[in-house]
Amino acid sequence: MTEVFVQAFIYLCAAVIMVPLAKRLGLGSVLGYLIAGVIIGPITGLVGNETTTIQHFAEFGVVMMLFLVGLELDPASLWQMRMRLFGLGGLQVTLTTMVIYFIALALGQPWQMALAIGLVFSLSSTAIVLQTFSEKGLGKTDGGRNAFSVLLFQDIAVIPMLAFIPLLALSELHNVSIESSHGNQHHDTMSLVAGLPNWGAAIVVLGSITGLVLAGRFLSRPLFQYVAKTGLREVFTASALMLVIGIAALMSLVGLSPALGTFLAGVVLANSEFRHELEADIEPFKGLLLGLFFITVGAGINFQILNDNLAIVLAMALGLMAIKALILYGLAVLFRVHASNRWLLTLSLAQAGEFGFVLLTYAVSQKVLSHQLAQLLSMVVALSMFLTPLLFILFDKVIQPRYKINKAGGDTQSVESTGPVIIAGIGRFGQVVNRLLIANQIPTVVLDYKASQVDNLRKINVKSYYGDASRAQLLETAGIDEARMLVIAIDNRVKAVELVKHVKQNHPQVEVLVRAYDRGHHYELNDAGADYVISEVYKSALQMGGEALKRLDIHPFRVEQLKQHFTAMEREFFDELFDSWRNKGDKVGFDQHYHHLFMKFQDQLTEMMQHNPEDRRSGAERGWTPPPKDYLDE
Amino acid sequence: MSHQKRVLILFAHPSIKRSEVNRFLFETSRNREQVTLVDLYGEYPTYEIDIDKEQQRLRDHDVIMFMFPLYWYSTPAILKEWQDLVLEYGFAYGQGGSALRGKSFICALTAGGAEKAYHTEGYNHFTIRELLQPLEQTAFMTGMQYLPPLALFGARTAAEDGRLKQHVQRLDRLLSMLVAGNLTDIAPNDSLTINQYIDNIEAIDP
Repeated sequence: MTEVFVQAFIYLCAAVIMVPLAKRLGLGSVLGYLIAGVIIGPITGLVGNETTTIQHFAEFGVVMMLFLVGLELDPASLWQMRMRLFGLGGLQVTLTTMVIYFIALALGQPWQMALAIGLVFSLSSTAIVLQTFSEKGLGKTDGGRNAFSVLLFQDIAVIPMLAFIPLLALSELHNVSIESSHGNQHHDTMSLVAGLPNWGAAIVVLGSITGLVLAGRFLSRPLFQYVAKTGLREVFTASALMLVIGIAALMSLVGLSPALGTFLAGVVLANSEFRHELEADIEPFKGLLLGLFFITVGAGINFQILNDNLAIVLAMALGLMAIKALILYGLAVLFRVHASNRWLLTLSLAQAGEFGFVLLTYAVSQKVLSHQLAQLLSMVVALSMFLTPLLFILFDKVIQPRYKINKAGGDTQSVESTGPVIIAGIGRFGQVVNRLLIANQIPTVVLDYKASQVDNLRKINVKSYYGDASRAQLLETAGIDEARMLVIAIDNRVKAVELVKHVKQNHPQVEVLVRAYDRGHHYELNDAGADYVISEVYKSALQMGGEALKRLDIHPFRVEQLKQHFTAMEREFFDELFDSWRNKGDKVGFDQHYHHLFMKFQDQLTEMMQHNPEDRRSGAERGWTPPPKDYLDE
Repeated sequence: MSHQKRVLILFAHPSIKRSEVNRFLFETSRNREQVTLVDLYGEYPTYEIDIDKEQQRLRDHDVIMFMFPLYWYSTPAILKEWQDLVLEYGFAYGQGGSALRGKSFICALTAGGAEKAYHTEGYNHFTIRELLQPLEQTAFMTGMQYLPPLALFGARTAAEDGRLKQHVQRLDRLLSMLVAGNLTDIAPNDSLTINQYIDNIEAIDP
């Protein structure tokens, strides 16, 4: 147990020190993790062989990431990208495999090995690329979308590749017969399809996918609603984890890729009202696991092998990246990806990826590649992953600015001005705000922690999501980074104040409009930095008071004026009362002072409201007033 | 050279977004040295005019301009409300009411009807100068020098007829002259509008 603690501490410590440093230096978090890994692995030797085991575990981060990506992509948009998925993705994998195959052949490798190497190198790193995209906000660009289609195709292609590699087994390495291995299975010993005839396996696989989609569609809602009603956040997190892990388990059992399965589940849930909450729950796990994964890649770099073959590994890594980039650039031209997006696609996918490790290990176990060669190739994969963040920096600092200058103009302004509004809390108050905005074509994202409320709103076509808006994570996924405004109408007073503070600190560009419960809350919100605060019942109480005056036979227009002056006086006193509230030292002293001020305010109000025909400047009478009677005699 | 004058423009258009002419006049008046532009409907959307603030604004400027589309031969409602509330006894007139004395007053208006309609023989029967007489008298009563209005007739078709650009330039010219203070001394007091006068100056001194 002690050893586990020490190990965990070393990993976390390396990450905590290196990642912020790398980010501050503009290198991105991925490079930070990789460097952290190199430091605790090959350089200081703090961690040893267990990295490989941890890496298999950390690969689960990729599965979670694809679930999150799926959540961002509803079925309709997935259908829209089918051309790019199979066209662009298919061509990328085929062409890269072929080119590398011929080069390996030319270098004197047997064709079976050459083909295996081609397959290994055709894949890119989903983990690095998607992580960097989300960090830099490139996921929604055209280049980002195209890169994603390629990655998705690669993830699908891994499965037939795993089935195909055993067929390449070389006779001279062939000590163990293929038959004894598990057909299209690799590490897994548990399987639902092992031993089934092909048609039976096909039925099981199809059945699982159909079951997954149907369950996602019809069972997930009642389940989440049931859990949400308990109001226990950790149980919701548990159910989100259960969902992802369960799907991964099912997919492994039927011999499909867990990443693909969870991606599919994500797509099915993309339109669900629980989407943002699910994202917020899974996100931290994904981040940690991916970070761990990157560290293990860094730690796994074997300096011994690298030193002995430095020239050749370096040449291979650079050559590989050049070839992949060239093919991607060609495809980008073919598929009409323009300007900076073309470069993004080219540079982002030029590395080999984590599935390359998987294929290499598998190929060795299937006697397709020799151990020494696989180790060398592993170094090439790792090195290319290491170099990828540098390409992103190149894109960031050199390529993107060049295209930005040409595009600067009125366009960005209008996008900014229609930025979405997030409404937190959609009770009676939030609903009115939302309806007014929606009626004026202003897109809103609505959040509420009451599942039944969200459900009701969804029935009348209000785009709303379940979740606790006071959680920073949920706000992120609801798009606070791009939002222009946040309207807070949640009941919990303390949370409302915290939310204002959090948003004003971390997203100062977002305007925050808040509903206050009472005067004290009003002051607290002001103090927290809210841009606009309104007391929740003030306006309606004023309205009611006015109605009472009208029914007591005071002329309606005069009532309007009286209300206006009442409000004006309130405003005048507000600052004074606010100061008193802010400087409250001892409780008793403050209460006295505040009460004193409040009484003074009430007195002045009464005085002002009294009709005094002599004093024509007295507030409430200051509408149009005739000049004095003797005016004309002057 | 007299020293520079400060110009206050009280702009009254209930829907700038839908405006065809006034929004260009608004834009031209915006962000100019020595010129304060007040969007009355924007500042007082519920007609709750802040009397003290408006009176202070008047004290702080030398030239007062009403900028508005002509509604029923008069100003839009908020500008009338502004007059009723702000030009108080004891401030603008009557005992102690000398705050506006010595300042200049001018209207910059747009009218839907053609110029020839604003004549004894036209369907509007009165000239624009005659229709604005309540404002002229207000200026007189408060001790301000009254300048003939800057007017754009046939405003609805001004853009199509290519008269809009010229008129915007005319306003631009007028504002510069008001700020420079070289208009108030030589005001052409009996003209129907100030348009011709500005156009002539421009011809001489481009």
